[in-house]
Amino acid sequence: MILVSFLFVPILAALLLLLIKDKKNAQWTAIIFSGITLVLACQMLCTNMVDFDKSWLPNLNSRFTLHADGLSKILILLTAISFPAIFIATAKNNFKQSNIFLSLMLFTQAGLMGVFMAGDALLFYFFWELALIPVYFLCSIWGGEKRIAITFKFFIYTFLGSLLMLVGILFLNAHTADHSFSMQSFLHANLTNGQQATGFVLFFIAFAIKMPLFPFHTWQPDTYEQSPTAVTMVMSAVMVKMGLYGILRWLLPLFPVAFMVHTHFMVVLSVIGILYASFIAIRQDDMKRFIAYSSIAHIGLMNAAIFTHTQIAIQGALIQLFSHGLNVLGLWIVADIIEQQTGTRSLQQMGGLAKKQPTLAILLVGFALANIAMPLTNAFVGEFLMFNGLFLLNPWMAAFAGVSVVLAAIYTLNMVQKVAYGEVSEKINTMQAPYKGAQAVLIVLLILVFATGVYPQPLFTLTADTLQQLFVK
Amino acid sequence: MNAIIVSTLLGVIMMFCSWGIKSNQVQKNIALIGLLILIVANVAQLNGWLVINYDTKGMLKFNQFGLYTNTLLFALTFIYVWINGEEISKLSNTPADFYSLFFFILCGVSVLTSFDNLLMLFIGIEILSIPLYILTGADKKNMFSNEAALKYFLMGSFSTGILLLGITFIYGATGTFLMADPVVNKVTGMAQEQVMLSAGLILLFAAMNFKVSAAPFHFWTPDVYDGAPTVFTSFMATIAKAAAFVAFINVFGSQYKALAYSWTILLTFVILATLLVGNIIAVFQRSVKRMLAYSSIAQAGFMLFALYGKTDITNEAILLYAVVYSIATIGIFAVLIKMKENSFESFNGLSKAHPLLAFVTTVFLFSLAGIPLTGGFFAKYYMLSALVKAGAGLWLVMVAVVFAAISIYYYFKIVQAMYFATGESALGALPKNYAYKLLALAILLLVLGVFPNLLLNYLYF
Repeated sequence: MILVSFLFVPILAALLLLLIKDKKNAQWTAIIFSGITLVLACQMLCTNMVDFDKSWLPNLNSRFTLHADGLSKILILLTAISFPAIFIATAKNNFKQSNIFLSLMLFTQAGLMGVFMAGDALLFYFFWELALIPVYFLCSIWGGEKRIAITFKFFIYTFLGSLLMLVGILFLNAHTADHSFSMQSFLHANLTNGQQATGFVLFFIAFAIKMPLFPFHTWQPDTYEQSPTAVTMVMSAVMVKMGLYGILRWLLPLFPVAFMVHTHFMVVLSVIGILYASFIAIRQDDMKRFIAYSSIAHIGLMNAAIFTHTQIAIQGALIQLFSHGLNVLGLWIVADIIEQQTGTRSLQQMGGLAKKQPTLAILLVGFALANIAMPLTNAFVGEFLMFNGLFLLNPWMAAFAGVSVVLAAIYTLNMVQKVAYGEVSEKINTMQAPYKGAQAVLIVLLILVFATGVYPQPLFTLTADTLQQLFVK
Repeated sequence: MNAIIVSTLLGVIMMFCSWGIKSNQVQKNIALIGLLILIVANVAQLNGWLVINYDTKGMLKFNQFGLYTNTLLFALTFIYVWINGEEISKLSNTPADFYSLFFFILCGVSVLTSFDNLLMLFIGIEILSIPLYILTGADKKNMFSNEAALKYFLMGSFSTGILLLGITFIYGATGTFLMADPVVNKVTGMAQEQVMLSAGLILLFAAMNFKVSAAPFHFWTPDVYDGAPTVFTSFMATIAKAAAFVAFINVFGSQYKALAYSWTILLTFVILATLLVGNIIAVFQRSVKRMLAYSSIAQAGFMLFALYGKTDITNEAILLYAVVYSIATIGIFAVLIKMKENSFESFNGLSKAHPLLAFVTTVFLFSLAGIPLTGGFFAKYYMLSALVKAGAGLWLVMVAVVFAAISIYYYFKIVQAMYFATGESALGALPKNYAYKLLALAILLLVLGVFPNLLLNYLYF
């Protein structure tokens, strides 16, 4: 039942919000309901029996099955943490019709939760789309200048990917013994190697577009730049995880042979993507685009780690799914505070934040260190394991991917240097102390970053069952 | 049987209605009551009750699928009249004439869902088409309407000629008009008869493609849909088209299945051409009405998948698709009628002028585009699923989804205009409760988008 509440609570809140016109009340409603979801998520971690199963479409043999193992739980937790954090941190941002905005955000949350829980392929597809549609409206209505064309490109791009996945689902459905969509019968479908390859490609394109993996990434920087920052946070902290989740949940178990065949190709592709994105990130002047490219690099590394198909690397990726979400969320919130107050995202026009607003500068440095995966931060744990796995697969791959750590240090520290140090620039000089709520959120996130960096054992315990499932067979 | 008799009677009654009754409102209500009677009569036959028990010598065959299709199409007509009644009244002093034509069309529909004989197919098609020619030209003082009617009539008659020629050939080859399998299978030995049968079937195929506006027989569609009064375009593109599809499937999906292999390649060509023409040309349209005409061609391409092979879900697929597509199309045309012009720009800023109307329009467009949570998704899903089950190549399914993605482009142009563009919408005055009626349609689509079973379960009991 608790899993249903992850869908039910956000949808209920979203519907309620349509009726609440007042901005303050709307924000409180959103924060309270997303807070309830967070409390429920924490409670879920302590319970064991969490599956939910009900008849849905008997004609098609599709059931409303929700299932949560470690992989699902860690992402549910990330989703549950992100939304209240975003709502609080961006509460001071000015939006017209903020109740509709928040309502659409909560619909997105429901969709994301559904994606991470669905145990039935058709249901999975349903939620996969449900998470996308509100985002389309959010970006197109509240985004920047060029929002309409860019969001449209993003929408059609991802929609095409999902449709191909739908074909893949149909294809698998036709090859199951009982013509159902459940995970179990998909797992037992008898596929020849050729059929596996077909299914693999159909699913993979959808996931690769969502992540986004080089060379399917072209929609991402533009979309991140043009979206309202609250939505960008959702996209880069949680939505991109949909692609990686899909690979771990569906692609790897369903097409093991095709997966193994593509190992090297995918790792090489990912490494190219990592280096490519890192080099571009170094040259970025726009803070949003900077974070976007750095995110492509990080996601590429996770993808490479998953495709090594070594236990240690996948363990690292599982942890990193969560850690990357927290880190990037922190970076976005800092960037948003600066943009809201100074009206610019250009790194050229910044400088001297440390003198003017030391607290904010400290927080920025904290998240920047996590972005480079310094020891003691959470990202270190994940990346260390992932590099370890890459090394087991092929030392050269680990070496090339390892360059990305150096590059990450270059671009991140470069950014910190431009923003925090040097002369106090004209724009930064106008800054006030950030609003208390945002600051509190940042501090909580930073505590989480270091806490899971020093003591990651709870995350290992949480994901142990997924790892076991993936490697026992 | 009931439906054929009752619809004819109602058509005649309706025709003379305008003598005694002058009020448009009352005429509309009589039509609505008539439609209810028609539905009741048809459902009664499902339960074994017949007005007249008449032996048709196998010319008509009533089965669950045909009768249920009747019920649904009658119900759609009811919804259509319920929403568009005022608009129909504007076109003439005696709108009862139009209602009477609707009943005749429904008579054609009932024949087309039950024929088991090629002559009955011909008669059904004609009963369906002739009132449509008249409706196209209903706006007598408008030159475009007249032009469209003439074009439609000329092209339609021509295709009827081809249909007849095809039937003649088939008769020549088999010696019977009956479509039952054993008779067709008799044609084995003589090469000449084989050729004649094949030629007949190809002609029949072409004529049916014309009726459902599949490429390359689609050229009449944009002009006729554009020229006809918008209310009647809505009727033509939905109920009449759905009936033609059911007939098409009745001929080729089941009866001449034995010959399936010889024309799969032909069908594939037609499907690809239809999807290509419909989707690509729709992208470049400036007028919403013309865009919808091309989109209806594109949707026909999707519906043609039902012909690819008979599987256990083909019937479900075509029914769901026809119903969902019809609801959405009736809805979107009902919004378009209230616009002062047909351009995309006229939708600008509708979300601010009338949020409810903008919302329902979005639901209709989402459904046409096949986005989950609306009925359109399951309609497309069932079609694709039927295609996979019929053993079509995966490449064809992939081509289909690529075109589905393209269709997003032109449907979403309206969504973008409504929500993201600034400007004054060209929305005319709305009658009372109009938006709520459309909201009911939208809710229907959303319900079907989560529980399509609600519609399909009745196919079996």
